[in-house]
Amino acid sequence: MADLEELYREIILDHYRSPRNRGELPSPPAIKTEGFNPLCGDEIVVTIDVNGGVITDIKIGGQGCSISQSSASMMSAAVKGKTVAEARSTIDTFKTLMSVHEAQLEESEGATEPEPVDMAALGELAALQGVVKFPVRIKCATLSWNTLTQALDETSV
Amino acid sequence: MSSLDVAVLKKEFPLLEQKIHGRDIVYLDSGASSLQPRRVIDAMSTYYETTHANVHRGVYSTAEHATRLYENARITVGKFLGAPDPKSEVVFTKNTTESINLLAQSWGGANLGSGDAIVLSIMEHHANIVPWQMLAARLGFEIRWIPVDASGFLILDDLDQLLEGAKLLSITGMSNVLGTINPIAELAAAAHTHGALIHVDGAQSVPHLPIDVTAADLDFLSFSGHKALGPTGIGVLWGRADLLGAMPPFLGGGGMILDVKTDGFLAAPAPQRFEAGTPPIAEAVGLAEALSFIDDIGIDAIRSHELELTTYALERLDEHFGSRLIVHGPGPGIHRGGAISMTLEGVHAHDVAQILDSYAVCVRPGHHCAKPLMRFLGVPATARASFGLYNEEHDIDVLIEGLDEAAKLFA
Repeated sequence: MADLEELYREIILDHYRSPRNRGELPSPPAIKTEGFNPLCGDEIVVTIDVNGGVITDIKIGGQGCSISQSSASMMSAAVKGKTVAEARSTIDTFKTLMSVHEAQLEESEGATEPEPVDMAALGELAALQGVVKFPVRIKCATLSWNTLTQALDETSV
Repeated sequence: MSSLDVAVLKKEFPLLEQKIHGRDIVYLDSGASSLQPRRVIDAMSTYYETTHANVHRGVYSTAEHATRLYENARITVGKFLGAPDPKSEVVFTKNTTESINLLAQSWGGANLGSGDAIVLSIMEHHANIVPWQMLAARLGFEIRWIPVDASGFLILDDLDQLLEGAKLLSITGMSNVLGTINPIAELAAAAHTHGALIHVDGAQSVPHLPIDVTAADLDFLSFSGHKALGPTGIGVLWGRADLLGAMPPFLGGGGMILDVKTDGFLAAPAPQRFEAGTPPIAEAVGLAEALSFIDDIGIDAIRSHELELTTYALERLDEHFGSRLIVHGPGPGIHRGGAISMTLEGVHAHDVAQILDSYAVCVRPGHHCAKPLMRFLGVPATARASFGLYNEEHDIDVLIEGLDEAAKLFA
């Protein structure tokens, strides 16, 4: 059960029970993107207001498991008020955390040494590192991040 | 007292000897794929070790033997289904999905057009929805839907209206989400009254319920090997000989022709007409062995065992969790099979399944490839436990133990 406790840390359950920035911003002017995990039916709707290169507001809609919902909630808290560039950097760091462990799983097959992740920069998000022991759930954790990336890509168009 | 000696039966299934996280595996995912008895695995190994050759080609004795095994498998399947003419009515495919695509492309392509209609139900698996939608987008026929009530039964009040002018009713024998068993003989009679044909998606029903396509007066039926104790990679489309005989080919290639010239080809008769390329020979041998295994135990005994188990599970779950756990679908009784879709209060199905995994309990979370039904139920995902003949009451007890842990963790 040790792995389970690592997966379902208290902070994750807290974000699942009381999701931050829940809802949907009026779009337009907000940019709205949707993400689906066809495997399990998880859906994430991200709406963001970007003004002067800063994410002034973000709301998360949709439904899904504790991992996808808490990851989305933590993500919203992490990027709200940040510049688009800062948000992209956080996305990169988080996705590295998820993929580093994927690389470690393949290590026996001679994968290259993964780059270290700046855990301090991740703050609360570091709680999600337990997910990587459950490869099927990585997609749950990254769903909202991919959806946010799409939204940010639309801002720069 | 169970109708089957499960303790003895379990020993026939090698996968049940596996440990997960140091615990005995509790396999409750037979609705997704069943386990295989050693007999089936051995039959396929023996085939590869002693008899393998391509079928319908060589004249050497091994090739002839392989052809005989393959064609005998067809007859075994046909007899299992109660087909009047097993030799010419059983088409081997890849799985149920391919069987329905074959039916849609071949029969549907030749018989459906603008102004026509077919009837499906809301509880269908995507395999019995999307092939028809793909075809409808091209040919412009209408798809009508039989609704489902809150208890998980088909609402048949307007069936006559739905069937009016329709050419086909294509419907599941048993819902993979709700466990509801549909009255296929009654539906066949209704379809025929309106001049429509009936196809039954038997993926969930054939492995668990007695079937007789002649007595039920069906026109087409499909099912998969791997849900019926057989291997993956093989499925069946059974069709009435006169219907199959009039249908155009599906996939083109070797094996499905009588003659090929530069200006065209002449198709072989059914069922070869629908089996282009080298077929799944070892899988056909494995499927025949699986159906013989089921016959040896007796489908009635299997049904009776699974019914007792399902009733036990539903009663225990209700007793233990009360309103904290919703089972989507009919209550205990003969009108349902062993697929139990659950929503545990406050815990997403994906998390339920994850926590159950730590108890070595294998269930399936998600939409079960039945999104129209899930939308109707108003749930994004459920955790589904589904039974096979190798399950016993103890498995349900472990399931409940795991569900308790999930409820506790998310409390």
